[in-house]
Amino acid sequence: MGGPGERTRGADATGRSIPGSASQLKTIAKYELMNYIRTRRFYVLLTITLIMSGLLTAVVALYQPAGFLSSPLGFYSSWWGMAATYILILSGIFFGGDAISGEFQNKTGYFLVVNPVKRSTIYAGKWVAAFIASLAIFSAFVAVTVANGAYYFGLDVPYQFGLSLAFSVLYLMSILGVTFFFSAIFKSASISILVTAILFLFAFSLTQTLVSNLAQMEPWFLITYGAEVIGNVLKDPYPTHIVTVQLGRVTFTTYNAPILNGVAIMAAYFVICAALGLVIFERRDFS
Amino acid sequence: MTDPSIQAVELTKCYNSFCALSGLNLRLEGAKCVGFLGPNGAGKTTALKMLTGMIRPTRGKALINGIDVQENKKAALSTCGALIETPEIYPALSVKEALMMVAEIRGVPSTVRKDAVMKAIAEVKMEEWIDTKCGKLSKGMKQRVNLAAALVSDPIIMLLDEPSSGLDPRGMAEVREIVKGLKKKDRLIFMSSHLLGEVTEICDEVAILDHGKLLAYDKLERLTSALAVGNTKECEASFSRDLGSDALKEIASIEGVTGLELVEPKRLILRLEGGNEAQERALAKIAGLGVGLIAFRPSSSALEETYLRLVKDSR
Repeated sequence: MGGPGERTRGADATGRSIPGSASQLKTIAKYELMNYIRTRRFYVLLTITLIMSGLLTAVVALYQPAGFLSSPLGFYSSWWGMAATYILILSGIFFGGDAISGEFQNKTGYFLVVNPVKRSTIYAGKWVAAFIASLAIFSAFVAVTVANGAYYFGLDVPYQFGLSLAFSVLYLMSILGVTFFFSAIFKSASISILVTAILFLFAFSLTQTLVSNLAQMEPWFLITYGAEVIGNVLKDPYPTHIVTVQLGRVTFTTYNAPILNGVAIMAAYFVICAALGLVIFERRDFS
Repeated sequence: MTDPSIQAVELTKCYNSFCALSGLNLRLEGAKCVGFLGPNGAGKTTALKMLTGMIRPTRGKALINGIDVQENKKAALSTCGALIETPEIYPALSVKEALMMVAEIRGVPSTVRKDAVMKAIAEVKMEEWIDTKCGKLSKGMKQRVNLAAALVSDPIIMLLDEPSSGLDPRGMAEVREIVKGLKKKDRLIFMSSHLLGEVTEICDEVAILDHGKLLAYDKLERLTSALAVGNTKECEASFSRDLGSDALKEIASIEGVTGLELVEPKRLILRLEGGNEAQERALAKIAGLGVGLIAFRPSSSALEETYLRLVKDSR
């Protein structure tokens, strides 16, 4: 009986060999991205982003809020803090929510998986495509933000904005890690999208509030807690780790993740969720 | 270079207490077309899915050219094109783009990639739809694109799961021609089908599966002969010209011919009695009549009879 050591043909009828996994990943990412940017959801998200940017531009121009126009840092803090994370979350849900579950439900996986390509390559290729598509949407928001900043304060962009941008990219990576994980768990695309939407838009924030105020405990295990560094880094000075407010007999505690903790939380979510999602995808049957 | 091979070793797939496939042992080697038959739920698709790494076996091994698909899927499938069920294609990609993606993944060099894609598109008669988005194609058209995707890298082994599924009669005939073309190119083809006529026309060998177990695997003729009623064999003869009543009478009078059925003016189902020698004599006499005999093969109804008997016995 034959075994792996007995491989006699590494190529097809023409004698050509199969490309390496990195090259296949690039191919899958390229065509996935082409598929993404032609879908309605890409344009819906781009429209939402541009509407949000347009509204912010109009409000600042019409009402000249002091919080926005006091200083460059104040401007970026107010503008960025209001919308950036929502755009990242929406992008993650739009492009990652059904990235893997759709392969099962829509049977598009049947087209790819029968080829000589590792499932990990397919998973990574799809992840890279979702990341680039999300980044493209996010770039539109960044461009409008910087254009407004330049209009009011010239090209004096505070370095903290660069840091916030870097943390945003890390947050996007971790969101996509989580969405791909849930997408790998569920066979139904709509359920995987719904679960990730509920988690990011409600469940994580609600848990954070409950854990901080009722249990008086630092919510170090929540991705949204870690992601607060995106807005906090634009505040001067950086908010203290624990803030307690006494209102009568009730004490309210707010936790602010220090930068390193925030980065570590987001990185951990990305690595753990992406790896778990990959393991699940590798083991799941196309049945 | 050794012959291409497909092998299942004790291949088993169970879902809790239900086993879709139980200890399948099958070795296909060399250039030929093997039909994979069985009722719905017999385990044909399950076996093909394990051979392409789409599902993991509960037990046993699926080997392509001696390479375990689970251990090294990339190497195992490097020479293998497959079409399992009716895959969907990324809807926003055009037919050409979808095939370019597969060609790139399979390592078709960029210098000949476009030509390979165009050839595959031409083979499945989709030239007119080359720039159409896959999401806008009908089920039958998608199946043609899927078949083109399996063909695009000119693989040595083809695994086809009901390739005619969703196609109109013309499409079915075209698929048969494509598979016949592959046979001429010395490929190993393993094809599941419910169309016994198609299998009779194309396949050299047949494997019959039921309840997850292999009932028979043999050359088509040997299988139909071995399971024929008594010593009677049903065959199909094709002629270059219409058969008149005189010709029919002459054929009916030949010793060993126990029955005739003219299914088309140029096609006849013959019931032949006796062993191989008697049948050989009868065939020689028909040829000697000068009525334009051009083809002779076991009839699909012979396969149907064999199939039904085997499946019935297994229940």
